Formats: sequence, C-alpha cells, structure tokens
Amino acid sequence: MQKLKVCILGTGNIGTDLLIKTLRSKYIECTLFAGRNLNSKGMSKALSLGIQLSDKGIKAIIENPDCCDLVFDATSASSHFEHAPILKKLGKIAIDMTPAKIGSFSIPSVNIDDSIKHKNLNMITCGGQASIPMAYAISQVVNNIKYIEVVSTISSKSAGPGTRINIDEYIETTQKALAEFSKCENVKTILNLNPALPSIDMHTTIYVQTDTPDMEAVKKSVDLMLEKIREYVPEYDIIVGPEYDNRIIVLTARVRGMGDYLPKYAGNLDIINCAAIAVAEEFAKNRNKG
Amino acid sequence: MDKNKIIIYDVSLRDGSHAISHQLSIEQISKYAKAAEKAKLYAIEVGHGNGLGASSLLVGKSKLSDEIMLKTAKENLVNTKLGTHVIPGFATINNNINRAIDIGVDIFRVASHSTEADTTQRHISYIRDKGKEVYGLLMSAHMTNADILLEEAIKMQAYGAEAIVILDSAGSMLPHDVKKRVELLSKNLKVPVGFHGHNNLGLAVSNSIVALDSGAKILDASIKGFGAGAGNTQLEVLVGLLTKYNYETSIDLYGVLNLASLADKLLLKEAITISSLSIVSGLSKVFSGFSKHIQRISIKYDVDPRDVFFELGRQKVIAGQEDKIIDVAIKLSKAKGK
Repeated sequence: MQKLKVCILGTGNIGTDLLIKTLRSKYIECTLFAGRNLNSKGMSKALSLGIQLSDKGIKAIIENPDCCDLVFDATSASSHFEHAPILKKLGKIAIDMTPAKIGSFSIPSVNIDDSIKHKNLNMITCGGQASIPMAYAISQVVNNIKYIEVVSTISSKSAGPGTRINIDEYIETTQKALAEFSKCENVKTILNLNPALPSIDMHTTIYVQTDTPDMEAVKKSVDLMLEKIREYVPEYDIIVGPEYDNRIIVLTARVRGMGDYLPKYAGNLDIINCAAIAVAEEFAKNRNKG
Repeated sequence: MDKNKIIIYDVSLRDGSHAISHQLSIEQISKYAKAAEKAKLYAIEVGHGNGLGASSLLVGKSKLSDEIMLKTAKENLVNTKLGTHVIPGFATINNNINRAIDIGVDIFRVASHSTEADTTQRHISYIRDKGKEVYGLLMSAHMTNADILLEEAIKMQAYGAEAIVILDSAGSMLPHDVKKRVELLSKNLKVPVGFHGHNNLGLAVSNSIVALDSGAKILDASIKGFGAGAGNTQLEVLVGLLTKYNYETSIDLYGVLNLASLADKLLLKEAITISSLSIVSGLSKVFSGFSKHIQRISIKYDVDPRDVFFELGRQKVIAGQEDKIIDVAIKLSKAKGK
C-alpha cells in the first residue's frame, strides 16, 4: 500500500515531534521537512533521520507541488493565514496546528468521519484536545447542561513563547470549540502554568453543571470515549471521577505523552500531535479505500 | 516621588472576596467605596478574589458580575482610584479587560505566578497603550528565589508595568525573605516596588514594615485584614503604625478607623483570625485561597485538611490548581482505608 505523502511546515518542537511520529506510521510518510533555518535543532534531528529538508518554508512546496498530498502547518497563526490560500490553490489538505481557526475544528475521537470531508482542519488547542472529547461524551447523555468549565494545568517547561504570548487565543479558541462540540453556549476555559520541577504531567479538569444526570450513563459514555482517545493517546488516564456533587459532574484527566521528541510530561503537546497524526492517517486510509 | 511618600493600596473588596466565597453585594461595595473615599484612600481594588473573569466552579462563582461590581464601586468614587486584579489564563483582553476599561477602572494589576511573567506581556502592553495605570504582580513570590524574581520583574517592567508588586500569597515569608527580595528589586528596577502580605504566621504587618525599610513604595493592605485565609496586612493598623515611622500616606486616620468600624458590620461575617488551617497554609506554602475549598472537600472525603495542605505543598501546586484538592483528598482517603 502506498503511504500518503506529508510535508511538515515548521521545525520547532511541534513539527519535530510530528516528524518522529510519522516514522512509526503505516499510513503516512514525511517527504519534506521545511522551515527557515537549516541549523535549528529540529532540522538537525531530521537530517540525522535522512529526511528531505528545505529552508524555504512554503516555497519549497510551491516549487515542487508533487512532493506531498497533505501539509501539517506547525508555524504560527499569522503564517497560516498566508499559507492557507496557497495550500488550497495547490489542492493540498492542510492540518493546522496553530490557533488560526481558518479550518473546521477536528478532534479524532469525536468527529473524524466529518473531518476528512474538509480540506483545512484546525486542531484547536492542547487543552481542547484533552478536555472537549470528555465534555462531548457527557453532553451526549445529559440533558439540560447549564454550564461547562475546563481547567488545564501544564508544566511551564512545556509552554513555549508562542503559548505564553497567545494565552488569550488559547482561551478563546478552546472556548469556541468547547461550545461548538458540546452544544452548550455557556462555557469557560482556564489555563495554569506550573513551574514545579520535576515537571508535572498535564492535567485537565472538566466541570459540567446539570440537574439529575444519569451517572451510570455518564460513566459508560466517558469510558467509551476513553477507549477512543487511547487509540491515539495511550497514556490518557482519568484520575478523578466522573463524580456528581453539588449539582456538578467533575472529571480530571492526566495526559502523559509518548516521549517521542518531547518529554513525557508534555502531554499537552503530545495530544495535539497525536490527534493530528490520527486525522492524517484517516485521510490516508480513506484514499486507499476510494 | 518624596522619599517618605508611600502608596497604601486597599485590596479589601478583592482579596476579601475569598473570605466570603466571592459573595460581595452591591450594598457592601457602595457603602465601603463611599467610606474609603472619605478616608482619602489612594485606591480600592474590587472584584472576585482571583480577579477579572475568575468567577468559576474551580475557584468559586461570584454573586455579582465583574461589571456590576466595578460599576457600583466607580459610581461611589471621586478621588480614590478604582483598581482591578487581572490574571492571564483567567481573564482575556477581549472578554474582560476592554469592558473594565470602558467602566472606568483606573489601575489594572496584571498578575502571574512568580516565574511566569511572560504570560502578562500582551495584557500589560495593551493596558499601557490605552493610557491606564498598570502594575505587574508576581504571585507566590515565596516559591522562587530573589534573582529569578528580579528577572521576572524586569520582564514586566519592559512590557510597560509602572510598578511591580510581589505577593506573599501563603503568608509564609519570613522577614529576611521579604528584605532580600524587596531590596534586590528596589535597587534594580526603575519603577516602584510593592509588597502584598498575608498573615498566616502573624507577620503581615511587620513584614510590610520590613518591605518599606527595604525600599518598597507601595503596600497592599485590607481593612480588618479582610482577605484570603488568615487575611492580609491589616489596613488600619498599618496606617496607624506608619504615623509612628513618619511615612506620609495622605490617608485620614479617623477616616480609616471609621472604615474599620463599618467593615465590622458591613463585610465580616466572622472576624478574620489565624485559624489552625491558615497556619498550615503558611507552613506548607500553599496559597491561602485554597482554605475554604480544602475544608469542604476534606469533610466530604473524611481526611485531615492539614494533610491535604501539606501534600499539596509537597506537589508545589499554585493558585488556579484548586482542582488538585479532590485528587489529593481521594488519594489520602484511599491510603487511610488501607
């Protein structure tokens, strides 16, 4: 079976970790790793793995459009605004890792079948990938949800300058996607950065305010979702709940990463990458079917 | 600035919100604001204990919206400035800061955990560009050393902060901890330095005096100590004490004493004292705002709240991680069952 050819734009932590993940895939292969600086740490890593490199960024794709079918854009929101129309014109599928929010929101455990109908997908945020599937699972079996809140805590070391300066976008994007998937308009998102050393694992707590939920149904729905998430994030665990107390369903998940390019505690970065790879693989499988 | 001139910044109606689970009423805000104006206070801070946009299941829902709290205060103030607390991660420019600017908030105090100043860059610069007074606040300053604290303070200064305030959020700092940090910051920053004390170990007022002697120009204080946990530096005590040190604050002594009498009736359901749990909060270095949540959850899981505090301290949790309390309580409860 021929693998789907993918290009990774952006050679920072996210891009480099994505690259390592493609090496394991039966369905996709990285045919181009493009950034701006051949001396970056990510580039050196890719070089050592024998991957085709370029320092021309998106120009490398424009000059050689047959090099790939799908592009992971791990640059920045402002760059993706430039890249999106170019990729569209070239007929490439774009999986956007930035908070540019041009494409439709994608969470593999929730809407993978719908995702592959689109040409530009946005992977929301790390906290969104960790919390929204569970909020969605609860919303499927609970009526009259009054309010949903998600609180994520990530280790300081896993939050790069991009996350820090874009903390407002993180909140707004996560809230928007949370409302869209849960069909509850009244939602809130909170993010903490914890500097403790050794670095802590990512944690996400989901609060759902509702009256008289069927907690058996909630537990069942959450367990099913947990199985689906673990297909692409093996170390996703529920450490608290779901419990119902004071008219609130509460659930806390701990997300440990695969430890590919990024350390295991950076489950926040891992989950968004695992999600992106899962969607790309679905495109590949679907193409082979068709 | 005159060498002996200092600013006393009243956090009663913000930090005090923690003490009443964020249930401030319109009457409390309007009456307090009027009396604060009469006492010639420099500024009062008003809102949810964790600031703008913080009303949540995580840390507690406010009775009133941020807008109503701020508007109510603003309507009753003339010369006394209105301040607000902003923590990026809770509050955003679009959702919260713009509205507060429209309402007429004078001073924005943008806070981060003591090592995470770069989360405040956008907010501080934005507020400064809008022509509002903006301070940078480093919370839980006890959790990092003086040198790192200075680096973080310099970042905030570069973003445009017009003062840097360090917060002893668990009331765990000893006088020499305060001295070392405030001295280093005062010597190396161009902007004034402030200190925000908590009274878990009975040191809030004396630590504030140490801060002044070390170069601080701003002191946070709260009427009758009305604040999270064991409360803050007690405002009327501080004002009285400062007259003995020849510091100028422009605050009217009788006015602030009247404010204390008013607060007794108006704000305090129960007197702010150093409870056993607050001592443990100070010793475990965990933010005082956790107290009420820990009490409630410890009863539910039948565990010793002091054990919960110490375990959270061992895990170095920070403000905003109140969701960790249940996790720790469940683990302690299971360990107990064995």
